[in-house]
Amino acid sequence: MKNRKAAFERFVYGVFLLIGLVTVGCVLLITVYLVIAGLPAIREIGLVQFLFGKVWASTAAEPSYGILPFILTSVYGTAGAIVLGVPVGFLTAVYLAKLAPKGVKSAVGTAVSLLAGIPSVVYGLVGMIVLVPAIREAFRLPDGASLFAAIIVLAVMILPSIVKVSVTALEAVPKEYEDASLSLGATPVETYFRVSVPAAKSGIAAAVVLGVGRAIGEAMAVMMVCGNVANMPSLFGSVRFLTTAVATEMSYSSGLQRQALFSIALVLFLFIMLINACLNFFLKRDKEGAK
Amino acid sequence: MKFGKKILDLGLMGVLALSVLAGCGGTGGTVSTDGSTSMEKVIGALKETFESENKSISVTYNPTGSGSGITAVAEGRCDIGLSSRDLKDEEIAQGLEGTVLAYDGIAIIVNPENPVADLDVETIGRIFTGEITNWSDVGGADAEIVLIGREAGSGTRDGFESITGTKDNCKYRQELTSTGDVITTVAGNPAAVGYASLASLKDSVKTLTVGGVTPSDETIKDGSYPVQRNFVLVTKKDETLSPSAQKFFDYITSEEAAEVIKNAGAVPVK
Repeated sequence: MKNRKAAFERFVYGVFLLIGLVTVGCVLLITVYLVIAGLPAIREIGLVQFLFGKVWASTAAEPSYGILPFILTSVYGTAGAIVLGVPVGFLTAVYLAKLAPKGVKSAVGTAVSLLAGIPSVVYGLVGMIVLVPAIREAFRLPDGASLFAAIIVLAVMILPSIVKVSVTALEAVPKEYEDASLSLGATPVETYFRVSVPAAKSGIAAAVVLGVGRAIGEAMAVMMVCGNVANMPSLFGSVRFLTTAVATEMSYSSGLQRQALFSIALVLFLFIMLINACLNFFLKRDKEGAK
Repeated sequence: MKFGKKILDLGLMGVLALSVLAGCGGTGGTVSTDGSTSMEKVIGALKETFESENKSISVTYNPTGSGSGITAVAEGRCDIGLSSRDLKDEEIAQGLEGTVLAYDGIAIIVNPENPVADLDVETIGRIFTGEITNWSDVGGADAEIVLIGREAGSGTRDGFESITGTKDNCKYRQELTSTGDVITTVAGNPAAVGYASLASLKDSVKTLTVGGVTPSDETIKDGSYPVQRNFVLVTKKDETLSPSAQKFFDYITSEEAAEVIKNAGAVPVK
């Protein structure tokens, strides 16, 4: 009887190990595949030509594969989304964690969770049908599909991650810190911004990095509002992101064009790895700070 | 226990079914087609219906582009070449023969608010290359023209650009990935102009007449609507096809296949 139990335990242990390995295997598979699929085109086009070329004309008679417009667009778009999204998300988090009455807190919390659950294609659709024409009329442009529209959509999409992670970080600040500050005569608002926020700063930084990660990897919603023309980025111009560059052309691509798309994916992958490394750095520092 | 047995049975059935299918592929023939990426939808649909009726024959399709498809037939590397343009004289001189399978009509669409109703092919070309940038130059309101196109590699884009002579020269404001997106965008912007396959048009946009001709199945068939091209099957004149390839050829040029072609967005010849 006991033996059978032990055997069962070992069996379950093995199953869990296997399931764990599947996840690791997927990551490895994707990494290896991207590197193998992405390198040949870079080698053929030339790394400098590929990364810093300003013209992307993949199906032209004399094709040109320069992805600088995509890289810059992705960087500007993400930066813009952070500039708009972080202040709103951060202040929402401070309000929710410290100031809001219980009822308001749970209502807003639910709304934020819902926002996180909306599929990106829905953001894109609303952006395409409501936001793009609104921008066209508000700024008297011939067409509203632009980097600006993408920035707004991305800013809204990163709000939930920023709010949620920041709230968790703020709530983890020991109550004694705040009590001490209040007892020294500081007002509640002074306390939150001078004591609580600095104490939670690495958690908040992690929230921002998470937002960056979400923004840079988003394809669907952005594709529907940014216009998708491979121009050098301008705020009210039609632009193409790294993600959308892959997504728009993949279905009909062939030969070097297809390989180049994999190379773009590889560049994007490296960007996201970098962001993840930053995230890990902040989270780790957070944990060590708490000790 | 019972449940487990059921799963086992299902699994066995699956394996058997697979082995039957695999067996069929081996004993029948294969028909290889090679060429135009624009014909992907049409050939894909035809291949599916043909294979479901002739389980012993499998059809392959290699999307390489019209030029390579024609070369592949000439060199005997495939049974049937697919071309979305007519054969050139020197290609016919090589002993190739073209059979028109279907016509592909591309409609030029604008916002319903746009007063412009007709443009000729040359003007369309000048608009899309950015030579004409304001609707007032072609009889519309004073507004900058917004060009809506498809992504590089799209068959519709390729067709439109080669007919209007704007290849690689279009100054698009937006490049969208589906006909539906193009229609939605044009419907939402009074200054937009785009193009879409005739088969998928909706009432939310206005279709322009080109050189006075309204695009329809009839005007495309008789050739009077200019923004269209032929989907051509390319074969060798003096060589007979293999029995399976002949069977496929006969099927796709039959009236029976016309409905399939229509559903795939092209205008059948018959």
